[in-house]
Amino acid sequence: MSKRVLLIEDEPNIIEAISFILSRDGWTVHTHEDGMSAMDKVLALPPDIIILDVMLPGRSGFDILRDLRATAETAKIPVMMLTARGQARDRELAERLGANHFMTKPFSNAEVRDHVRELMEAT
Amino acid sequence: MAIDPIIGTRIRDIRLDQEIRQADLAKMVGISSSYLNLIEHNKRRIAGKLLSDVALALSVAPERLSQGVNTSLLDQLHSAATNLSAKVELDRAENMAVRYPGWAALIVAQSKKLAALHDRVQVLNDRMTYDPELAGSLHQVITAVTAVRSAASILVGGERIDADWQARFHRNIYDDSVRLAASSEALIRYLDTPDTNGPPQSAPVDEVETALAAVDYHIAGLERAGQVNIPKLVKDMTPRGDAAADLMTRFLQTYHADAALMPLTKFAQTARDADYDPVALSHQFHAPVDAVLRRLSSLLAADGHLPMGLAVADASGAMLFRKPVSGFALPRAGAGCPLWPLFTAFGRPNQPIRAEVALPDATEQRFLCYAIATPVGAAGFDAPPVLHATMLIIPDPAQGTTEPIPGGVSCRICPRDGCAARREPSAIR
Repeated sequence: MSKRVLLIEDEPNIIEAISFILSRDGWTVHTHEDGMSAMDKVLALPPDIIILDVMLPGRSGFDILRDLRATAETAKIPVMMLTARGQARDRELAERLGANHFMTKPFSNAEVRDHVRELMEAT
Repeated sequence: MAIDPIIGTRIRDIRLDQEIRQADLAKMVGISSSYLNLIEHNKRRIAGKLLSDVALALSVAPERLSQGVNTSLLDQLHSAATNLSAKVELDRAENMAVRYPGWAALIVAQSKKLAALHDRVQVLNDRMTYDPELAGSLHQVITAVTAVRSAASILVGGERIDADWQARFHRNIYDDSVRLAASSEALIRYLDTPDTNGPPQSAPVDEVETALAAVDYHIAGLERAGQVNIPKLVKDMTPRGDAAADLMTRFLQTYHADAALMPLTKFAQTARDADYDPVALSHQFHAPVDAVLRRLSSLLAADGHLPMGLAVADASGAMLFRKPVSGFALPRAGAGCPLWPLFTAFGRPNQPIRAEVALPDATEQRFLCYAIATPVGAAGFDAPPVLHATMLIIPDPAQGTTEPIPGGVSCRICPRDGCAARREPSAIR
């Protein structure tokens, strides 16, 4: 059974593109668009890694990451943050909250694939 | 009488600057070289005719020797140095200002320009960082670019993609390009505001103070009896019509109410008769003390009134309003001297405070300060108290009977030792 990626992102065309390239690499991709219910989705799956956008409807990616790290069942799931805000303090906040990788939009498909592969290998 | 420790030094500096030999200057003013030497080393006092003669021989005004430069220029030079944490000979600032007044003025002007540019950068930085509209527009642009890039990379990646997926990505790219164009146009419209190429967009409070300074803080249009058109005044004085207009409206409404309570002609005469005593005027006009302080500050020095400054602060120390007065620098935000009655008034709400403050310049210039802290807004049992303090500042009062408070302008440029209120080391000691 292939490993599962959960992509929490609210932009349909980005969801479609990332889903396509990761599926083609052999990962099973699940998607979720809402910040408020994101934790429920994670707990229900749970995924092997999470790709988490910062700006989400309902709840920010940072808040979700904080909850992920504070919850025993999800504390060790690798998280790759996506953001359109590449500011140093966002990057620092992501690191402090326990993100495994921080990627600034617009990113290349190769970057996404490489980092997902790295994180999967580490799990 | 004590010898001013700097007059002799000033004479020597100016003489050397003009390349006049000590003996020649002594001869010009009819004294011996050895006596001039003692004067130049501040071991003999010089005043009266001899001082005038020396000034004449050096082609400078006698005041330039006796008073040096004005303390405001010195303060500004000190601020210029400390603002940039520059390692300069601060104790030589006065000499430099005396000998090279043009260069000193240039330093001050450049320092002010730097500060203005810094403020502009701050405003733009704040705008980039916190402006939700800008952040939202940029987010849309970046999101669309990301989606286009990702889909396009898939299409040109060289791997075989079935026709359905190809069609989907083509459509996505088209949709995102339309979205990108719209977002970009919105962003350009937003950034292409009329002030983009204009002067720095100052904080609203600065814009209000600049507009008021232009009329010397006296609003003639609100001094006449009868109906006044405050919205028109606001529009004339703050044409940008943003948050500054809101602040100006509040200022003018308060001014109008104060003027109605204390009509100008009667108030001006009574103020003179009462020697500008706010409490006496408060009783006379049945007006709150803070209103009297504001009203006094609106009297024009050009009409023969005392020059008076005004400061209004909230309990956080933030300056809400500043009418500067010569020699008493009022910081824009939170960097004043906590010994000022403006701040001590918060410890005694509703009680007027009268105190003299001496600033640590060469002359220990004194300022008579009247202050009061009063509640703002409607009273309520459960609401936290909100206080504003108002302080009137009158320079050079007649010598008082009490010792002045040894205050300062800001800890960074205050040389006073052993001050319990000091919050950071002085940079000029």
